[in-house]
Amino acid sequence: MSASLAEFRIAQPNTVKEAVAACLKHPGSRYVAGGTDLIVNMRRGISGPDLLVDLSGIDELSEIKTDGRGVTIGAGVTIAALARDKAIASRYRALAQAAAAIAGPGHRVMATVGGNLCLDTRCIYYNQSEWWRSANAYCLKNRGTVCHVAPQGQRCHAAFSGDLAPALLVYGAEVDIAGAQGQRRIPLSELYVEDGKAHLALAAGELVVAVHLPAAPPPSAYEKVRVRGAIDFPLAGVAAALTLSGTNVGSLRIALTGTNSRPFLLAGTEVFAGRPVDDKLLQEIDRLVQKQVQPMRTTIASANYRRVAAAALARRLVSKLTARE
Amino acid sequence: MHAPGPPPKKRLLRLRLNGRWREDAVAERDLLVDYLRDVAHLTGVKTGCDGGECGACTVLVDGEAVPSCITLAVRCEGRDVETIEGLAAQGRLSRLQRAFHEKLGTQCGFCTPGMIMAAEALLRRIPNPSDQEIRTALSGNLCRCTGYVKIIESVHAAAESAS
Repeated sequence: MSASLAEFRIAQPNTVKEAVAACLKHPGSRYVAGGTDLIVNMRRGISGPDLLVDLSGIDELSEIKTDGRGVTIGAGVTIAALARDKAIASRYRALAQAAAAIAGPGHRVMATVGGNLCLDTRCIYYNQSEWWRSANAYCLKNRGTVCHVAPQGQRCHAAFSGDLAPALLVYGAEVDIAGAQGQRRIPLSELYVEDGKAHLALAAGELVVAVHLPAAPPPSAYEKVRVRGAIDFPLAGVAAALTLSGTNVGSLRIALTGTNSRPFLLAGTEVFAGRPVDDKLLQEIDRLVQKQVQPMRTTIASANYRRVAAAALARRLVSKLTARE
Repeated sequence: MHAPGPPPKKRLLRLRLNGRWREDAVAERDLLVDYLRDVAHLTGVKTGCDGGECGACTVLVDGEAVPSCITLAVRCEGRDVETIEGLAAQGRLSRLQRAFHEKLGTQCGFCTPGMIMAAEALLRRIPNPSDQEIRTALSGNLCRCTGYVKIIESVHAAAESAS
């Protein structure tokens, strides 16, 4: 028998309201949807909630709805359902590509959109067994006092590794969040904070319930680098959205994951509007990416490799989108 | 030594396992892999990495291949769970089992139950899959001894034997 999980109870609410109420009532509780991230961490003794609020029975979370204003994706939609949705694949290509590249096929059947957006940050000193972490006196993110990646630093440098967030960021997506005060809507970019220990700007009991995508998205694409072609998290992941006016850039947005403690939109791409997509422009994109990513020694690949790979992906995606247009 | 505490509170789990309904008392923290191996004694389900990374514990839940080591047993309430033991009917190997045997796809054998269950889900969805479709469907299952050539040949052979 495998090492058993610490004891906990499960609440299985049928509505978002009941779920939020259950979570608020039990301060040591956690939401669980697919469980592909949380259960693994619980097995490693990283997270030990005494109550799991199971979201899988909430039907209102598992719909993809389209209207004139765009598309609304419920947080409980599975990654597999998102990856095979024909309307998403034809219009929001980066999102479909990101979904199809998450983990392995078995995980995609279980994992959800909300779970991928709220994925815990990862680090080579954190995603380890209990005995491994205890031998290192734990780390700043969990039970310890020092970040072994940057011992002089004041914060945790664990990397956000969700694939959907960068794709959604290039469309300017918004998220609905349910909580004690009802529901609020914020730009997806505001969900994240550059702190590996507390990277989600969510209050106690708050739950991401849906993602909104604007209608008429620009052409887009997503690519990531990882050690194996499946299962592994990205060492760097890049989404790009590009419109052309003639042969010049109309608008360009680039977003990244896997390199920082939050997924983020690359700043400064608006200056490329009106310029032709040539080697000079690609070099400037490369420099911009290398300047803004902050990969640390948090994965099995070196920080510099991930920096250079992220920049190369950005260049490649912009070239491909230009050729396709 | 601490005296062991009382065993965790259990609840009744009702599911259809390899075609037969059954009920068992399980703790809310029990994982599907442990329920299948230790309660239902279906030890064809293998414990490999214990963290959802290798696919050795793959079983079908409502026809979808999932890693049972990161699935809570209580979340299978009322669902259809299939393991490698459910494939052979009246002592006759299924087409995938036969193909893995004949094409030497079993190799050392440890990853085989997971490989076959992932391939079973694929063949039910796509009866004649391409090489790429097989590779994608098995991309969550790791072989640590020899490689994937014979495994992919076995899945092709099973698909052909049915057509």
